[in-house]
Amino acid sequence: MTFKTPIEMLSRSANMSRRGFVGGLSAGILGAAATEAAHAESLADVPDRGPGAELGAHSERSRFVKIDRIPEATPGKRNIDPGDAINSKTPHQKLVGNITPTDLHYERSHSGVPDIDPAQHRLLIHGMVRKPLVFSVDDLKRMPSISRVVFIECTGNGWENWKKADPELTVQNTHGLVSTNEWTGVPLKFLIDQVAKDRDSTWMLAEGGDGAGVDRSIPLTDEIVNEAFIAYGQNGEPLRPAHGFPMRLVMPGFEGNLNIKWLRRLKFGNAPWMTRWETARYTQLLADGKARQFQLRMDTNSVITRPSGMMQIQPGYISISGLAWSGHGKIAKVEISTDGAKTWQQAQLSLPVLPKAQVRFQMDWAWDGKPTTIVSRSIDEQGNVQPDRKSFIAAMGTNALFHYNAQQSWSIDEAGRVRNVLA
Amino acid sequence: MSSHSKLLLAGILATGLLAAPALAFDFGRPAAPDEIKLWDIDVGPDGKGLPDGSGTATQGKQVFADNCAACHGENGQGGIKDRLVGGQGTLASNTPVKTVGSFWPYATTLFDYVHRAMPYPTPGSLSTDETYAVTAYILSLNGIVPADGKLDKDSLPKIRMPNRDGFVPDPEFDPAKLFHKR
Repeated sequence: MTFKTPIEMLSRSANMSRRGFVGGLSAGILGAAATEAAHAESLADVPDRGPGAELGAHSERSRFVKIDRIPEATPGKRNIDPGDAINSKTPHQKLVGNITPTDLHYERSHSGVPDIDPAQHRLLIHGMVRKPLVFSVDDLKRMPSISRVVFIECTGNGWENWKKADPELTVQNTHGLVSTNEWTGVPLKFLIDQVAKDRDSTWMLAEGGDGAGVDRSIPLTDEIVNEAFIAYGQNGEPLRPAHGFPMRLVMPGFEGNLNIKWLRRLKFGNAPWMTRWETARYTQLLADGKARQFQLRMDTNSVITRPSGMMQIQPGYISISGLAWSGHGKIAKVEISTDGAKTWQQAQLSLPVLPKAQVRFQMDWAWDGKPTTIVSRSIDEQGNVQPDRKSFIAAMGTNALFHYNAQQSWSIDEAGRVRNVLA
Repeated sequence: MSSHSKLLLAGILATGLLAAPALAFDFGRPAAPDEIKLWDIDVGPDGKGLPDGSGTATQGKQVFADNCAACHGENGQGGIKDRLVGGQGTLASNTPVKTVGSFWPYATTLFDYVHRAMPYPTPGSLSTDETYAVTAYILSLNGIVPADGKLDKDSLPKIRMPNRDGFVPDPEFDPAKLFHKR
């Protein structure tokens, strides 16, 4: 039996001290396996037990755990001034399980995070309705509620890899714009009944209370009417401001931008409004210069989070692990190739597998020390298969910017260094 | 008493309505037309929602210099934020330049967006006339309205943007077909 860990997180900073390196090790999911000389090799070296810190009003992370989102901007713009950030990415390489910790759920905000006093917040529902109504946060909390675990994914998730693969990227850089939380709130259907929506209303405008007043047109399909809800709870507590406090729209399976944060208005109509967000912004420019519009659903996707970009592995046993999700429903199957997509094996899914939620997958692997490429692909319950890079780019071109769900490949060289590659 | 009626009763008590209300009024309160007007700012591609007022590109040049140029550049390009002008003919190239002139399909969207979200530090601070004026100016920089062009709620929706036909709806959510099966 060996105490050597097969995977080590390498610092992205070339001149990082050894002490810093060890700190980085113990910070991640692999910290417990660290084997440097300073760590206990014999049980006699494990520090004695003793009284701990006083009990507090809430729990902090261990001082040995360093785990943060990274604020970034458009593709290639990293290590930026926080004032220039447009999103902040989830550190999937350091997370386990299916649920994203609340403070590490990715964030995309278009005009900063408003500081809203819930007592002064109102939701107006009007337009093609018989009874336009105004609701307070307390009004919503008094209504019957639902709770549901769903992923929310920024339409730009994966956008670093459209044109090239920067080998320095971690999975946080490439796939940090998707997260899964449990959200609690009031079904849209309940509110539709309250205001007595006109049957002829087929589209709904949802608008936020942020500086940009972000607004999107939402088609009132049966699926959306049945599944959308106005959330005020996130993982058991009130929403965090970055995620829409005091209330947001949750649209399971659909573009993150449709999950309007700081929601303050729903207007019912019978045609899309053609807002800036659904024309100039979240549309996909194809190779012929035309742009795909109203591609609202997030397609089936997956990524290996361990081992992943900028990690280093050693020959021997590796538990490959990652996340899969689909806006079409449940993930049916995840397959992994450890030979550059020549052969595929089925991974195990961590139960429960929930519709439109991320699910953890794992597979045993013995690395023989030879250079190779590992890659995962998901298949959802509707039969949608996550496309390989080549066929995906053949269909979408390289200018689409949004809705990148091609298979993610990680190359491994003879030294065990794991790097972002296109295929 | 069923749990449903309890809910109903709680709603009645909380909203202070003594008369037996319709169920819809059990939560929240009616929205008054005057207050709806304060928030009902959205503008559709057919011009629905555009307010009274007007502005010229000439007037808009000053509005732009005072409120927009710091981020978007003196002539709508070369600034630290989104480029607004030029880019026509680049959309099928390897380096597409998406601007109001090259990409945006509806002029009404420009009015709506400026009105709701700009200028970034003080959204909603431009008057209706200033918004029409700066919309006209940005469109004039793109050669879409004349340098002395004037816009109002009748003329703005009639503008045909160069990239009006540049969008292909996703088959699943094509607005032209989505609800026509029923």
